[in-house]
Amino acid sequence: MPFQLVFLWTDVLIYVLLAAVIGFGLYAARHEHLRAPWRLVARRPLAAAAAVVLAAYAAVGLLDSFHFHARLAGGDGRYSAEVRSLLDVLAAPLRARTEKTYSAPFATHAYTKETVEHPDGRVAREYPRLEHGGAHLEDPGGRAADIAARAALATLAGLGLWAVAVAGLVALRRRRGETPASVWRRFARGEDEIPWRTLLVTLGVVLVLAANAVGLSFYYHVFGTDQVGQDVFYRSLKSVRTGLVIGTLTTLVMLPFALLFGIAAGYFRGWVDNIIQYFYTTLNSIPWVLLVAASILSLQVYMANNPEAFNTTAERADMRLLFLCLIMGVTSWTGLCRLLRGETFKLREGDYVQAARALGASHGAIMARHLLPNVMHIVLITVVLDFSSLVLAEAVLSYVGVGVDPTMESWGNMINGARLEMAREPMVWWSLTAAFVFMFGLVLAANLFADAVRDAFDPRLRK
Amino acid sequence: MIAYIVRRLLHAVPILVGVNLITFALFFFVNSPDDMARIHLGVKRVTPEAIAKWKEDRGFNRPLFYNAAAAGADKVADTIFFRHSVRLFAGDFGRSEDGRDIRREIFQRMWPSVAIALPTFAVGILVYITFAMLLAFFRGTYLDAWGVVACVGMMSVSTLFYVIGGQYLVSKLWHLVPISGYDAGGLHALKFLALPVIVGVVSGVGSSTRLYRSFFLEEIGKDYVRTARAKGLSEPRVLFRHVLGNALIPILTGVVVVIPLLFVGSLIMESFFGIPGLGSYTIDAITSQDFFVVRAMVFLGAVLYIVGLILTDISYSLADPRVRLE
Repeated sequence: MPFQLVFLWTDVLIYVLLAAVIGFGLYAARHEHLRAPWRLVARRPLAAAAAVVLAAYAAVGLLDSFHFHARLAGGDGRYSAEVRSLLDVLAAPLRARTEKTYSAPFATHAYTKETVEHPDGRVAREYPRLEHGGAHLEDPGGRAADIAARAALATLAGLGLWAVAVAGLVALRRRRGETPASVWRRFARGEDEIPWRTLLVTLGVVLVLAANAVGLSFYYHVFGTDQVGQDVFYRSLKSVRTGLVIGTLTTLVMLPFALLFGIAAGYFRGWVDNIIQYFYTTLNSIPWVLLVAASILSLQVYMANNPEAFNTTAERADMRLLFLCLIMGVTSWTGLCRLLRGETFKLREGDYVQAARALGASHGAIMARHLLPNVMHIVLITVVLDFSSLVLAEAVLSYVGVGVDPTMESWGNMINGARLEMAREPMVWWSLTAAFVFMFGLVLAANLFADAVRDAFDPRLRK
Repeated sequence: MIAYIVRRLLHAVPILVGVNLITFALFFFVNSPDDMARIHLGVKRVTPEAIAKWKEDRGFNRPLFYNAAAAGADKVADTIFFRHSVRLFAGDFGRSEDGRDIRREIFQRMWPSVAIALPTFAVGILVYITFAMLLAFFRGTYLDAWGVVACVGMMSVSTLFYVIGGQYLVSKLWHLVPISGYDAGGLHALKFLALPVIVGVVSGVGSSTRLYRSFFLEEIGKDYVRTARAKGLSEPRVLFRHVLGNALIPILTGVVVVIPLLFVGSLIMESFFGIPGLGSYTIDAITSQDFFVVRAMVFLGAVLYIVGLILTDISYSLADPRVRLE
């Protein structure tokens, strides 16, 4: 085998999450009462656009979630100690093309002056040409024209991909006896149930942007390079997975506890309720940053004293990421638990619960079959609403120093590493900008999507 | 009322014991005192004597929960957990790693934190309520729709961006105020306080305005508002006299609880703007792995949070005559 698969903890959880989402999707598609609110979500143009953007982020994140050790060259069957992901393989040119230090986006010359020896023996102090950025240019003066030409080409490629996607969609949505042209007209005029027009425009924009970024990054550093000369675009892409993991796994790892405790507190009341309430009030009364800080600090000490438990830095960083998710999950868990408890309070007096009890159903069966399905909308709303704040929280925590492992790529680490660069002259603005732009795109899309989900699933808002 | 407050304070005791247990579990169970000593004395080449001395200095040379060697009540009392918990309840936070008294540090650093956090809080609430009222007044128009879009956009931006952007724009580009720093003396302090306060307010505009707007809209749909309009009251009068007063109740829930926590300050603001408050104290403690300070701050934060909850209930009973404290 040319590679040896590695399953990091978060990878496994991501696969489980993916399987759960697909399973739920298949299940919901066959049940009208579950399908109806999703249809409401799909009808909202903003939500459809946000979903396209989220899907793009998710694709990058998923590519980055298949890890393996590559086989070393030499044929003696040993594997590299480094853990790589599919994304690393796809973006291998980006990763390998490092410069000495900073360089601006699309720059052809380095950020700092160096002593350069010319072929004619002259020695001068000047900005040297970059090793990779714009290295194909004979004359750096023709850079603007070169970029424009390549951008035009990439845009064409992006539009081509888009056309293929549109053609596929038209074929898929064609009704009996309809010409493709009339399907297209239906899309363009917004006569279909789903806002195809917005969806396709967003898809087009995403594809063209992606094609441009990919196409140009073969010849230039699209977002510049950082202090050690790494491509900032590559770092931003690698950070996508970290952001997604924090946003999704945090709520999901604690979900079983929140469900069990929340429903049990509301259903049994009495002393069970008292204990659970005491439990979450206690957790809740610690300011969350301090709770995370205290936990991560003790984890650091544990890792320093038990280095043998972690084989590679990737495993170590992954363990810390998972632990961060867990501990942040504890803080967001309390809110969900309280909501579930309140809702169960109301539901347990419902006729169908009384009937189930009269028929002799056990407590467990009542909670699992009658109460759980009726509080799922709260769970869903909480999960999607929490997502964006968790992504933002990661940046803050990494800045404070209790976020993800310093060796792990994340927007928080990028910002943390770049915050002193603003004071440089000339200013190094690109690392910060790239991190903020990528984060903003994800969080904005998540916010818009979450709003649509909340409006569709919250019975109080449905009028 | 007094009986109620006393009872709530008594309820707080088990919660604080629980908080103590959690931090204790994190700092003493996950890592034994020996581990911590090794981290602070350097992992390699550390003698058992040095560890023993480190533990001796801090009183860590006792059993964690149960002292089998002691007699009578000392079986429970002469343990690390009991001694440290009792001290925390008495307000004695011990000494930090560099040997300073944590309580004195807290009292000194509290005021810079308040100097930033209180104006941010007060100005913030005024601004958010004003914006939310504005959007509610123009509800259903383009101004409202775009206002909400702007809010969602603003809340999607990281706080760090507002801080860095604000410092760049105001201090570096326009040279209006110093980038960071702090001065305790009177008017001079204003130029240091202005930027953190503005940045703090701006970073909260998106989420708070949108939330308050939804509170206002919920009230506007109610019967008493229709009655007020039917009486012939003007729209501003309806909004300011009737809707505002009633919408304040849900706003109070989120707002009063954070007032005591203003003393703890904001970690990000203080570290970016170089304010010598409790927030930067905490960050310094985190980076230097000072468990005692972090533990003291966790305890202090929990106490203030509980005080905030009690204040919230009291403010409810003041704002809403239907709520009685019993």
